[in-house]
Amino acid sequence: MTVHTDRIAQRSRGRGLGRRVVASLLYSLGLPFLLLVVWGLTATSSTNRFFPGPLTILEAFRETWIGPAFVDDVLPSLYRLALGIAASIVIGVAVGTLIGLFHWLRELLEPLLEFFRAIPPPVLIPVMMLLLGITDTMKVVVIVSGAVWPILLNTIDGVRATDSVMSETADSFQITWWERLRFLVLPAASPRIMTGVRQGLSVALILMVISEMFASSAGLGYRIAYFQRNYLIAEMWSGILLLGLVGVLLAATFGVVERRVLRWYHGIREVNRA
Amino acid sequence: MHVLSIRRPRSLRKVVLGVVGLTGFLVVWQLIPTLGLINSQYLPYVTDVLARLAEEFRDLAFWRRLGHTMTSWAIGLAVATAAAVVLGTIVGLVPVLRRATHTVVEFLRPIPSVALIPLAVLLFGIRMQAALLIIIYASFWQVFVQVIYGVADVDSVARDTARSFGLTRRERLSYLVLPTALPYLMTGIRLAAAVALILAITAEMVIGNPGLGRMIELSRSAGDAVGLYALVVVTGLLGLLVNLVFRFIERRSLSWHQSVRGEEVL
Repeated sequence: MTVHTDRIAQRSRGRGLGRRVVASLLYSLGLPFLLLVVWGLTATSSTNRFFPGPLTILEAFRETWIGPAFVDDVLPSLYRLALGIAASIVIGVAVGTLIGLFHWLRELLEPLLEFFRAIPPPVLIPVMMLLLGITDTMKVVVIVSGAVWPILLNTIDGVRATDSVMSETADSFQITWWERLRFLVLPAASPRIMTGVRQGLSVALILMVISEMFASSAGLGYRIAYFQRNYLIAEMWSGILLLGLVGVLLAATFGVVERRVLRWYHGIREVNRA
Repeated sequence: MHVLSIRRPRSLRKVVLGVVGLTGFLVVWQLIPTLGLINSQYLPYVTDVLARLAEEFRDLAFWRRLGHTMTSWAIGLAVATAAAVVLGTIVGLVPVLRRATHTVVEFLRPIPSVALIPLAVLLFGIRMQAALLIIIYASFWQVFVQVIYGVADVDSVARDTARSFGLTRRERLSYLVLPTALPYLMTGIRLAAAVALILAITAEMVIGNPGLGRMIELSRSAGDAVGLYALVVVTGLLGLLVNLVFRFIERRSLSWHQSVRGEEVL
């Protein structure tokens, strides 16, 4: 008897789980699928040649990007993007920590930082072209010059907002400045730093594309602009799709890294909320 | 009174240090071409740039270009905000919709808006509509995501209370959802205003529709370094102005809210 009810309970639980998985799959894939179908139907029925169907775009994607173009155009772009992001994080966190630690330095530089942050980053591309010429260095510097500001300013705010009880405790235990930086200041600022990095990532991606559209003969941005100028519509769409994928991948990678770096922080917040 | 007497020297110090920092920057800028570290062809003297700036401010053509840029900025921001508020409220209030749209939103949002520039050029050519498409796409997501968060953030006790007091749907929207979502909405609009300005100028640079951005590109290709730097300074000032105005609006519209009141007490 007990065995029997157990089995029933188990089976119904199993069915509930299965149903939940199916439901969440339906929820997450239903609308994208529906939109693709609608797009495909309108594309085949309409005569507007600027909107090819999803299958045509997929075909163009395979032909255009899988092969030598991946090595010639995509990888260099991604390499510059990665280099720019890494440099932005290093510079932003280092300089931001320095400025955040010294009150007078912050007050000295605040109007300047506000101004530089307010400059629309793509405007710096012509300036960098003037200063550095049309080189790979120029493109990386452009990415850094735009992406560094959100990281820098958030680091300053994060360092400034270090808990005063903790810093006084650190003072009275007389820990070295390095230990203080490593175990108190940087961890305390890390949630803000990660916010800055997230903002910096999207700026970096935009600047990668624009700098290549502007001044390049290779790279993702250049390719897409080239396809458009030559009316290769499906290829252009495949480029937009690829950029979208890069954006999604970047966001997903950041999500994973953030969850690892800030695991303690989310933990504390959950405890506080409960 | 007591608070004021403490605060004044500190804020005075802040202003003085800020001015010193700004002056120091300008002096260093002037010194670099003077000492020949960078050729003045590539980094012009700051005095020349400031003189050109003063010249531009007296030029009607400059103001017309500024007008073009700000028009596309304003239209784009308004359209994006309106669309995001309507769609965000609907999606945020209906849990089924929120779950169903999640994947699409997470895929569309990270697409860099500048990737759509070629499409915009194909569809609209060198016109303002092309710029608008990009501006709206970029600033829409800023507001939309904030509105969804804000609408979903309604306190569950407050919601149940409202329901048991028999508030109508309209009353719940205006007394419960709107006040909860307003801080989020204002943050979204402030972010969107900055993003819209960036893309308004970027679009003009790349697409070539009239405005400040095209002027920047023209002075670069003409080798007019002084004009280029002057325009970069203009865009910085413009960005600063947009930030300040929207921060002010945010504070005014949220003067009743804890986050703003709390700051004033401290």
